[in-house]
Amino acid sequence: MQSFTTLTSSLLPLDRPNVDTDAIIPKQYLKSVKKSGFGINLFDDWRYLDPGDPDQDNSHRRIDTDFILNNAQYKNAQILLARDNYGCGSSREHAVWAMLDYGFRAVISTSFADIFFSNCYKNGLLPIVLEKDAVDKLFDESLNKPDYSVSIDLDRQQVTSDAIGTCSFDIDEFRKHCMLNGLDEIGITLTYEDKIHAYEDKLKVSSPWLFING
Amino acid sequence: MTGLSLYDKLWNSHVVHTQDDDTSLIYIDRHLVHEVTSPQAFESLRLAGRAPWRKASVLAVPDHNVPTKDRDKEIADPISRKQLQALDENCNFFALQKFEMNDPRQGIVHVIGPEQGASLPGMTIVCGDSHTSTHGALAALAFGIGTSEVEHVLATQCLLLRKTKSMRVNIHGVLAKGVYSKDIVLALIANIGTAGGNGHTIEFCGEAIESLSIEARMTICNMSIEAGARAGVIGVDDKTIEYIAGRPFAPKNAMWDAAVKSWRQLVSDDDASFDSTVDLDASQLSPQVSWGTSPEMVVPVDGMVPDPDTESNATKAEGMRNALAYMGLTPGQAINQIKVDKVFIGSCTNSRIEDLREAAKVVQGKQLASNVKLGMIVPGSGLVKRQAEQEGLDQIFKAAGFEWRDPGCSMCLGMNADQLESGERCASTSNRNFEGRQGQGGRTHLVSPAMATAAGIAGHFDDARKYFN
Repeated sequence: MQSFTTLTSSLLPLDRPNVDTDAIIPKQYLKSVKKSGFGINLFDDWRYLDPGDPDQDNSHRRIDTDFILNNAQYKNAQILLARDNYGCGSSREHAVWAMLDYGFRAVISTSFADIFFSNCYKNGLLPIVLEKDAVDKLFDESLNKPDYSVSIDLDRQQVTSDAIGTCSFDIDEFRKHCMLNGLDEIGITLTYEDKIHAYEDKLKVSSPWLFING
Repeated sequence: MTGLSLYDKLWNSHVVHTQDDDTSLIYIDRHLVHEVTSPQAFESLRLAGRAPWRKASVLAVPDHNVPTKDRDKEIADPISRKQLQALDENCNFFALQKFEMNDPRQGIVHVIGPEQGASLPGMTIVCGDSHTSTHGALAALAFGIGTSEVEHVLATQCLLLRKTKSMRVNIHGVLAKGVYSKDIVLALIANIGTAGGNGHTIEFCGEAIESLSIEARMTICNMSIEAGARAGVIGVDDKTIEYIAGRPFAPKNAMWDAAVKSWRQLVSDDDASFDSTVDLDASQLSPQVSWGTSPEMVVPVDGMVPDPDTESNATKAEGMRNALAYMGLTPGQAINQIKVDKVFIGSCTNSRIEDLREAAKVVQGKQLASNVKLGMIVPGSGLVKRQAEQEGLDQIFKAAGFEWRDPGCSMCLGMNADQLESGERCASTSNRNFEGRQGQGGRTHLVSPAMATAAGIAGHFDDARKYFN
């Protein structure tokens, strides 16, 4: 996983609530057995006017110029600005892979759906929850000024811009540690290997029915 | 000291270790696997030189991509075919138990887990699929995970988690005939919103829940995720025990007796505390129909399409306008005047035998309306299909003009050939009405199985209660 420390970037304001993972990456792209290459189909149904197919050359597709992702002024944004309950619906981690592959490194919103939120941390995409007032201000600024920039400092847990000043955000200490250092969680869990074996041995005696498989 | 909730009990009994920051290592008893969210996990596992921790905890089945007809032929879509092959290869490589596409036990992962007795009370159950919450109806702690977590569970049999908050949803009264658990859960989501349960595990209880069958309870737990909750749970009662008895993966003889004794403890203590409580009266509930592009956009069948101008929250009003435009509806339109093009009965929410029986009661002796282009019945598993055929339900559906298909996720998400065309409107027993969910430009209305067939017969939404008086 790539580590995350600091980031200064402009914002891409996506001004709608309850953006679901079907919208972030539609189902037909879930047939891939890889983790890469999803960026070109991020928000596919909103981004293109014609239906998308996994094997298609996307450069020939008609784009919806009204959709903000297609606005060239926002093309360098590495931070997505979202509304309430971003990432709801399906558990597909492809949604996070698509955002990273497109070039996003962080998402700021007032709230996230649980599974999406968890998937972000496994891949180095930083989800940040700020108060509604701050998010509203960031929407106002970035919708008017495409180059409006904010700075994120993960170690200090701060987001800074001229409109909101410096806002702190909460993050679970363990997740922060993994994110700052780009750590593989499996490696950490396996340091508890003996404890897992001991737990399992106890369980086999107390609840043997949990070990039946057909 | 206050008592423990069912969620507390399930959590406490699976803690392997708790770190200083309160993150806990939670042991996973059952890992269900399907073809869409697993290939990248298996690939990473292989690249890291790791092996599955406990192979016998895994049960794999293809469901999302599988065709629902002509299964004797090769799968037409080469990319779907490749993904199914990847599941085969991965299960063979790691020697994991898998039901093949043409095995009669194949079906939607959340239908076959309980059906096989692979999902048991007191278990932690995960799957790379958000609707894993379904299995909570059996007093299991069951939740969906991402692909990184699929790999994590394969490699370690554990997940690093923090305990969620808890919410109790008390459902009073008993449902009228022609009103179902699907209507309860749709009404609940309309009430608390799709983010209402974020960060929570919901326990469903009350007279209505007690009166429901296990299958009907699964429908409610299944859609907990649509209320934002990662898991939904229901305590063990006699119905739970009866449901599990005799299933292939369930314990037998002396082990059964010991298991039942242990499972009886899986209820919340009387003095358990919850972070929040929601009350809902089932006795007054009408059949529900979703009108928009979020599962919280739901009204009773005798209601009308709402007006965004009366919504005070500007962001929400904008969301409603987007939804109306996408759905091709106007404020004030009566729900029971909205015509449908297709009817879909299926999905992990509503494809079990009881769902098909209720749908068939409406259809018996009638015909699909002439404006309905397709009515499709997709049983949740091969065994559900076989049972329905033994009861003659397939004949009832076929005589009415419905297509009788093979089991899979099908048009719930349209990863296979079963999709809506742009602009088509569908009465669907599935769980998500998101834009494009059933096909790009397709318009989904979420309803119960009886409401879906009632819409098919009338050609427009219609109150299913009239078929049950």
